[in-house]
Amino acid sequence: MFYILALFFFTPIYNPMAKITYITHDNKNYEINVEKGLTVMEGAVQNDIPGIDADCGGGMACATCHVYVKEDWLDKLPKKEDGEDDMLDMAFEPKQNSRLSCQLIVSDDLDGLVVNIPFKQG
Amino acid sequence: MNKTDALIIGAGPTGLFTAHQLKLIGLDCEVVDNLDKIGGQCIELYPDKPIYDIPAVPECTGEELTNNLINQIKPFDIKFHLSERVDEVKKDGDNWIVKTNSGTTFQTPNVIIAGGVGSFEPRKFPVKECEKFEDQSVFYSIKDKKMFEGKTITIFGGGDSALDWAVELSKNSKVNLIHRRDEFRGAQATLDKVRQLAKEGKINLLTKFQMIGIKGENKLESIDIKSDDKEVKTLQTDYVLGFFGLIMQLGPISNWGLNINKKTIEVDTEKFETNQKGIYAVGDICSYPGKLKLILSGFHEGALAARACFKLARPNEKYRFEFTTSSKSIKERLGVKSD
Repeated sequence: MFYILALFFFTPIYNPMAKITYITHDNKNYEINVEKGLTVMEGAVQNDIPGIDADCGGGMACATCHVYVKEDWLDKLPKKEDGEDDMLDMAFEPKQNSRLSCQLIVSDDLDGLVVNIPFKQG
Repeated sequence: MNKTDALIIGAGPTGLFTAHQLKLIGLDCEVVDNLDKIGGQCIELYPDKPIYDIPAVPECTGEELTNNLINQIKPFDIKFHLSERVDEVKKDGDNWIVKTNSGTTFQTPNVIIAGGVGSFEPRKFPVKECEKFEDQSVFYSIKDKKMFEGKTITIFGGGDSALDWAVELSKNSKVNLIHRRDEFRGAQATLDKVRQLAKEGKINLLTKFQMIGIKGENKLESIDIKSDDKEVKTLQTDYVLGFFGLIMQLGPISNWGLNINKKTIEVDTEKFETNQKGIYAVGDICSYPGKLKLILSGFHEGALAARACFKLARPNEKYRFEFTTSSKSIKERLGVKSD
């Protein structure tokens, strides 16, 4: 009995969600619990967060899900794949902390991520 | 005035297959597209990327899919109006009067919007004041290169258009080529050429810079650029060219009195008709419960919208469902022999 109780108390409860904070260009904060496995882009689109267009639907073909990642998160994110920087060339006001949110898959590592949405997407 | 049974807006895969379906059931149609070529997103965004979910086609690229669809409509005489954007759709009795930005007009009972995410437009500079100089000294495409002879041209971008024009214009003009990072995505051979010309002093190559300001009273005088290291430079220039690719914009479609929700048009799932009688929406641009943005869904939607067009185009005739394998009249339209 003790063991069963111990198991109950000490097993971390699996949380299927991770918290992502989206900040729009006019400084509105959206703290959203996004299901792990979705992309940061999908989290925004499904929750009606303004400013992420995602015209191509996540194919890394349009650069309209462009976000700025808070500096201290840059190294913790999955590295850019070939082609992401090519697309970012076309984005509206790309900076060094620019990413395409369709390429950021939500996981434990991204829990707490903060992204800023640019003034516009193109 | 062009009279037609149905006008299709958009020459992507859905628009092309819808044209096929219309012609197959004996209606005529014309197609308008803002791009200068047929194929829509398939040809503009991912011509080389493989697609794996076209029924009965295990793998094909966007370009191959487009070419196959063009082949499929070869038996038919379909007029394409490329590099034209539909600006106006107005009701006129039982017809719609449709006008493009080049002044072409159509009279038709059926308008099928197969517009994807809207029309492709060039991406512009983030610097707001650039608008003031647009089409005078700031350009996003080149129609006549002669105007640049002997002038100073500043080109922005890192793809083939930027590199190609930098090489070409450096023959007769002073060229600055500016890109936001060291890597370019254009063809290696052109890039080598650009680097060679930069070494010879024929192209002034500045990387990790972006435009932050543009100056001039009536005429463009100079631009300010800023580097990643916050260094600001002012460049005297006569012309500025920006090559940042294309972006899709809903544009005039939002003014046609349609129910639009999140940049898509609401339709029914029987005819794919919008809230306006005789205007249909198919492919990525339409929305209904359960909508999937797949090419195969667009084909289905186009096939049904085409049948709906029949009723308005031939009010005194009855549409009869037929198979291509057995229908004599369909085979005649296709120009193939009947058994």
